Amino acid sequence: MTDTHDTSSTTTGDDTGHGRRRSALAALGDRKKERIDSLAEAGSLSSAEGVSLWQSAWRRLRRDPVFLVGLGIVTVFVLIAAIAPWLAPHDPAARLLIGQVSPATPIPPAQEGFPLGGDNAGRDTLSRLLVGSRQTLIVGVMATLGGLAGGMVLGTIAGGIGGWADSLVMRIVDVMLSIPSLLMAFSIAALFARPSQWTVIAAIAIIQVPIFARLLRGSMISQRHSDHVLAARALGVRPAAIVFRHMLPNSLGPVIVQGTLVLAVSIIDAAALSFLGLGSQDDSVPEWGQMLGRAQVFFNSYPHVAVYPALCIIVVALGFTLMGESLREALDPKSRR
Amino acid sequence: MTRTATTSTTTGSGSGEPLLSVRDLSVTFGRGRRAFAAVDQVSFDVRPGQTVGLVGESGCGKSVTSLAIMGLLPARGNTVTGEVMFDGQDLLRLSQEQLRERRGSELAMIFQDPLSSLNPVVPLGVQVAEVLQAHKGMKSGPASRKATELLNKVGIPDPTRRLKEYPHQLSGGMRQRALIAMALACEPRLLIADEPTTALDVTIQAQILALLRELVTESGTALIMITHDLGVVAGLCDQVNVLYGGKVVERAERHDLFSRPRHPYTGGLLASIPRLTEERGRRLNPVPGSVADNIPWEGGCAFAPRCASEVEACRSTTPELEPDRDGLGPDRLLRCHHPLEENPLDDIRTHQPEDTEGGPA
Repeated sequence: MTDTHDTSSTTTGDDTGHGRRRSALAALGDRKKERIDSLAEAGSLSSAEGVSLWQSAWRRLRRDPVFLVGLGIVTVFVLIAAIAPWLAPHDPAARLLIGQVSPATPIPPAQEGFPLGGDNAGRDTLSRLLVGSRQTLIVGVMATLGGLAGGMVLGTIAGGIGGWADSLVMRIVDVMLSIPSLLMAFSIAALFARPSQWTVIAAIAIIQVPIFARLLRGSMISQRHSDHVLAARALGVRPAAIVFRHMLPNSLGPVIVQGTLVLAVSIIDAAALSFLGLGSQDDSVPEWGQMLGRAQVFFNSYPHVAVYPALCIIVVALGFTLMGESLREALDPKSRR
Repeated sequence: MTRTATTSTTTGSGSGEPLLSVRDLSVTFGRGRRAFAAVDQVSFDVRPGQTVGLVGESGCGKSVTSLAIMGLLPARGNTVTGEVMFDGQDLLRLSQEQLRERRGSELAMIFQDPLSSLNPVVPLGVQVAEVLQAHKGMKSGPASRKATELLNKVGIPDPTRRLKEYPHQLSGGMRQRALIAMALACEPRLLIADEPTTALDVTIQAQILALLRELVTESGTALIMITHDLGVVAGLCDQVNVLYGGKVVERAERHDLFSRPRHPYTGGLLASIPRLTEERGRRLNPVPGSVADNIPWEGGCAFAPRCASEVEACRSTTPELEPDRDGLGPDRLLRCHHPLEENPLDDIRTHQPEDTEGGPA
């Protein structure tokens, strides 16, 4: 089958003139709805075999400064978290500056070897910030994954089975969504007798569940009415295979994008819980929200103690948000040029 | 419905027992005063090896008919009545699970848009093999070998490579071929093709139609061809049912329909086909109005507002589907108070067509 029509309309771009390129272009030309969009990008597409949604999104993202800034922040953050113990100049738990701490001067100032000074227990602030990135990363990722897992189970039940299961699950989700999320996170975290990093993760994961569930259910329902699901049903494909092979994989796009945005929210919420003392009580393992919470006592005289962890939280959350938002925009067909 | 499952009685040639027998099929959307009959008392038979066309413009109920036969209409919001006897069983009375077992293995369907009918995130091979796994209990190894064979059969070159590719990497014609391969994977006895060539270029259309014709003749599969394109009908169908407003308005063998259309709507459809033999600059002859101009079938003919040969009776009594009064053969059925006289194409066009059977096939 040589469908040579329309190949002429796609301008040849650059390099790699292997045989597949032609067929990819021909397939491209067939997509009437996307013809104009595709043409606009034909130059950059010509070297590829074919263009999936993710591939074309990546082409857009690669040139998107907002995404690149977000990606840069996130990469630096993850790298720091990975090698923090080797990066930190001092042991974050060691009270090296305890000699300078007195009731009159509770916060040791910046000095040789301690560029950001110390805290009221004489520990190096820079080291604590660096090592604290680990906790933040763990909380953010684990809480998001937990919420994602729970939301996917509920969303798949609701969107895949439909009917009474859908109604039941969605009413539960609606109830959860009707409670302000941070308030619910406080309540859940407060339920645990011994607050720790894990209770924070559990609380934040639970408040993310309804968001993911609702999102997945919505996109699965739109998949249920799609042509390819109808075609699969017309071929007698089993219901379970339709849900897991046809509906679920096609519904994950928005969920993954939401995941990157939720990472930012999780980090902020975790900081909020720690700030209020609902996080880990052990302050030998530094955590940004906890550092911020302890710093509020000294905020009037020593605002910098609060500013450092706050800045870290803001920058990291911003990085994830920028990345998630541009990812969402790139994958949304409506926002394509 | 009183008859129970007689296991596939060998049905023989195209003139034997009907394989599918649709009786008084009605599909109504909504309830009470807002109810709307998309399909209204449609009856037709399909024999093994026969190709039956359902022809009509958008909104005449042809796709809904096919979805009702397949049991693919949404569970809520519609009422399906009548009988769809397939191999001695009423498909409308089977459970969803029983229907699912038959779909793909006994009945299969091809849709209009080949791109959106394929799952975009799953390689082609998995999708073809899936049908075999669902119905024949094949393991993935033999299933993918069989898939290669199937793609080869429908004329996709280099099937081993194609099986690893995703739908967006294929051309439109190849996608439709792949869908045909999937539909024919379990050698169904009835194939419903819902406008299979609408989304394709004319050259590819011809190839796909030739492929369908070949497969149907080869395997004796019964085919229901749903289309608005009379060119497709001319090339493929044995019997043609013209639908209007949810009802069959005319039924005829292909040749009879093209040589002597009796219903004014059929005549209008034929007259609207552009012809190469025509003088240049001549305007097209559309059927005036649109489906939106319909009046209900109760107490009249739904086509009356758009009909050139409307008589008084058309607005007062509903025409019945009856054998043609002019005795054009027992197979011809017509629902019209005032059918077209002889040579309707001449009346409509004033220009003598060279080839009455020709469409843009």
